[in-house]
Amino acid sequence: MSERAQQLLALADDELILGWRDSEWTGIAPTLEEDVAFSSIAQNEIGHARALYELAAAELDSDADALAFDRQPGEYRCAPLVELHLMDWAHTIARRYLYEEADRVRLDALKKSDDSELAGLAAKIDREETYHRLHAEMWAGRLRDEPRFREAVDELWPYALGVLEPEQRPELARRVGLTVVDARERGEHTPALAELWDEMTEVRRSAPGATW
Amino acid sequence: MGSRNGAGCVMVFEVFRQEKKGQPFTHAGSVVAPDAAFADAWAREQYGRRGESEALWLVPRESVHQVTEWADEFDLKYRRVDGYSIKERLRIARERAGTAAPGAS
Repeated sequence: MSERAQQLLALADDELILGWRDSEWTGIAPTLEEDVAFSSIAQNEIGHARALYELAAAELDSDADALAFDRQPGEYRCAPLVELHLMDWAHTIARRYLYEEADRVRLDALKKSDDSELAGLAAKIDREETYHRLHAEMWAGRLRDEPRFREAVDELWPYALGVLEPEQRPELARRVGLTVVDARERGEHTPALAELWDEMTEVRRSAPGATW
Repeated sequence: MGSRNGAGCVMVFEVFRQEKKGQPFTHAGSVVAPDAAFADAWAREQYGRRGESEALWLVPRESVHQVTEWADEFDLKYRRVDGYSIKERLRIARERAGTAAPGAS
């Protein structure tokens, strides 16, 4: 598989798995308004995943659904940050905030890519991410002095660094006011992914080849 | 929504939505938020995420001056037009002019 396809799958997998995780809050977010907003953001991330999978699919002679659902858990390229099954709002918001900041660094680099297709898609995604960042920064600002939120950020920080390439990490650290530490790298999945995969692909596996 | 709103969520913002440029803003609903920043983010998602709005006005409910008391001590219904039925007169006028009622074919 080309380096480009690998990169596209890593990006798409991050967006799909985080979108899936965040959608687990639908119906139980802390307020009704946040429920609508958070679900909408989760849906947007899955839309970004679709666009990225389609770009990869053109190269791999596949399609977006097959790439999203027909691979084995070990074949996914997502960062461990997005896999974690977080059961409380402080961690969930800490992850959104850290992910959005990391994603901004990543998209800024992709927008300058020589690959015009990828650069164009990154710019399109970034326009929507502006509102995700507004949402994440609003929450981070509000919870900044809450011990539970600060602990969650510290706990997830090595995972957040693992979203980015090593050379991009100092920029992320600068943005969030932390220092670079050993990252929880991409490649080795957390046990949470297999569990999520089981649920996420259940319908698709129940009727292989069916169209919906 | 009551039980899910924590102590921090205390403001109600009335949301007015403009569907297209130049059209009037109409009341669309409300959001309950702790401050204007949250109201902004939440209203965007609730009233704009499908491109259905050109613009939104978010107005704290407490800023709305409501009027509900009306003095009508002297039975002023002669000032109203609801006693006059113009339906029949319109029909006759249209017949005379040879034009159909709007919407009728």
